[in-house]
Amino acid sequence: MSMQDDAVQTFTPRDFHRQAHDALGNPQIRANFRKAMDGLMTKRHDSFGDWDLETLRELGANIRMRALAKLPELLEQLEANCQANGIQVHWAEDGEEACRIIRELCEARGAKAVIKGKSMVSEEMHLNEHLEAAGIEALESDLGEYLVQLNQQTPSHIIMPAIHLNTDEISDILHDKTGTERTRDVDYMTAAARSQLRERFMAADVGISGVNFAVAETGTLCLVENEGNGRMTTAVPPMHIAVTGIEKVVEHLRDVPPLYALLSRSATGQHVTTYFNMISGPRKAQEHDGPQAVHLVLVDNGRSRIYQDDELLDTLRCIRCGACMNHCPVYTRVGGHTYGTTYPGPIGSILMPHMLGLEDTKDLPSASSLCGACGEVCPVKIPIPDLLVRLRREAVGEGRGNVPGAGVKRNKKEVAAWKSFQWLATHPGAWRSGTAMAGKLNMLMPSKLGSWTDHRTAPKPAKTTLHALIKRHRKQRSDV
Amino acid sequence: MAPVKLYPPKPDKVYFYGTCLVDIFFPQAGLDAIRLLEREGIEVIFPDDQTCCGQPAYTSGYQTEAREVARSQLGLFEQDWPIIVPSGSCGGMMHTHYPQLFAGTKDEALAKAVAGRVFELTEFLVHVCRLKLEDRGEPEKVAMHTSCSARREMGLAETGPMLLSKLGQVELMEQERAAECCGFGGTFAVRHPEISAAMVEDKTQAIEATGAKRFVTSDCGCLMNIGGRFEHQEKTLTGEHIASYLWRRSS
Repeated sequence: MSMQDDAVQTFTPRDFHRQAHDALGNPQIRANFRKAMDGLMTKRHDSFGDWDLETLRELGANIRMRALAKLPELLEQLEANCQANGIQVHWAEDGEEACRIIRELCEARGAKAVIKGKSMVSEEMHLNEHLEAAGIEALESDLGEYLVQLNQQTPSHIIMPAIHLNTDEISDILHDKTGTERTRDVDYMTAAARSQLRERFMAADVGISGVNFAVAETGTLCLVENEGNGRMTTAVPPMHIAVTGIEKVVEHLRDVPPLYALLSRSATGQHVTTYFNMISGPRKAQEHDGPQAVHLVLVDNGRSRIYQDDELLDTLRCIRCGACMNHCPVYTRVGGHTYGTTYPGPIGSILMPHMLGLEDTKDLPSASSLCGACGEVCPVKIPIPDLLVRLRREAVGEGRGNVPGAGVKRNKKEVAAWKSFQWLATHPGAWRSGTAMAGKLNMLMPSKLGSWTDHRTAPKPAKTTLHALIKRHRKQRSDV
Repeated sequence: MAPVKLYPPKPDKVYFYGTCLVDIFFPQAGLDAIRLLEREGIEVIFPDDQTCCGQPAYTSGYQTEAREVARSQLGLFEQDWPIIVPSGSCGGMMHTHYPQLFAGTKDEALAKAVAGRVFELTEFLVHVCRLKLEDRGEPEKVAMHTSCSARREMGLAETGPMLLSKLGQVELMEQERAAECCGFGGTFAVRHPEISAAMVEDKTQAIEATGAKRFVTSDCGCLMNIGGRFEHQEKTLTGEHIASYLWRRSS
């Protein structure tokens, strides 16, 4: 099937249920994700080998918590040290402002062509659309991002943007959009994409990348990647713009190795990635290559509001490894696009409500069985299940109101149902007679229970409750 | 992962907290759990005024309602005896979330004290009772589903299988992706029924593929979900709470 024959599909978190229904009914999506996630889980597991993973996670969590505890001063230190290194620093309160800053930097150089390394923050702020509207072409150079862009889609995973596509689909996209041969030869396709991109690196006026760790004490920007496209993006064009969320700062250079060890293993099961770039400024007078100008755009976009709340703050520890989605039984079944948000899966469900508001994202925090797999694998020990519950609380107006759209899900019917539950469960006499009656009449449980019984039989209340059984049991024992 | 827990010596008396699902749907599992404990020479106290731990409201975000229900349970355990819960889910609620739920309230100390005395049934049978079992049943292949709350929230992936391994005639069958959720998740199964259905379908397939004739679990939510799926498909494979299975085969 040729993907370009389909109308461009758009996804929104408002339609989570419909999108989930569609994904569950799509055998291709189901198979692609199951296979990919199984592989990633195994690789992660094997890569940690006999390391004391718990101690390393504890260390990772502590590094991130320490950085967040000092965030305002570390950001100032980062700015000062970057500027001392010749990196110009810009602050953006939201995505729109970040887009404007980047566009103006491009326009000031008369840039027409931008090459991009992988950056989820740039996805978050829809940078490509913004630049294109201003007549600046932005081309993705990460292979997965490139494919997704060719196919007019968005990433379905934060580390592997094209994980929803299989080899045949990729072959079709490259054939339809770039004229390569139809093939299942992965090396051929990779080489074709590489040569297509190589020319574009040379011709680009500006390179835009993300940042994995911004080191405050040295003013160094660390970029983790496998394809070399990150190094090309940041080294070949005359100007490099790095864009990142304000939470990516770490205090010391020595904080980087443990986080990097956790990141590469948690994300792809690699002991090291093929490239690890440390960017510490533009080309110096005596140097022959590297960009003439380097800019860092620090984006808030809701992060400082998250920062104000001592529980929600843990969300900002994230180092964007994607392990939570790889291990999520819901993500594995519905895929990334179903969430309709830049960041899908468990981390998306605790992050996106702050960026988009609960009006649009109210179905995301509930889309979890709270199985805890995400929290178990998180390399920086974000208590994701607890934060999902916290956001459920916010959605029904039982939280602290620190999330946009708090209370949007509260409705009289549900409140009345939980109030009734509360009354019954706090009146043991009524509970005993009510549950006893349920068993006798089977009245609480009709044989059809909405969607539960589409796939399962209805649970039937036992004829005798445990309370009643115990009464008999006590009598038998005292009779003996 | 739960922090390292120190276990007390075997006590003379324990409280038994049956849970609402056992009370209403699987009372025999509760009674069998009590019999297992009594056979170990422990007197089992069942506070009559127990209802529900409050978890359904808690995970739905209804904090106020959950706290009121939980508060009504806190007073049921006056003596300093262990509280045995035949569920990792309700056990996890009481052990892990009660202290959070009452943090900063006048009941904080009580909630912490109660939480510290909560043991999941298989945990208690293994680590405190050091249960020995004489298997009187026929040879049988059985699969086990350990609930996510038992496995991750309470750190008890091993206690169920350890108990089954004490049954000489029982062969525990390994299933693919044993650690993956069955898709119950309380109100998750109601709010996202199709995703939940896809999950339980995979779980039943994995269990069936082991060749086991029966599966056991230590949580009645999973039992209702997985068992209900098998029954809906009119499969002969049936499920049972591990307490009933252990009691039936050793009595």
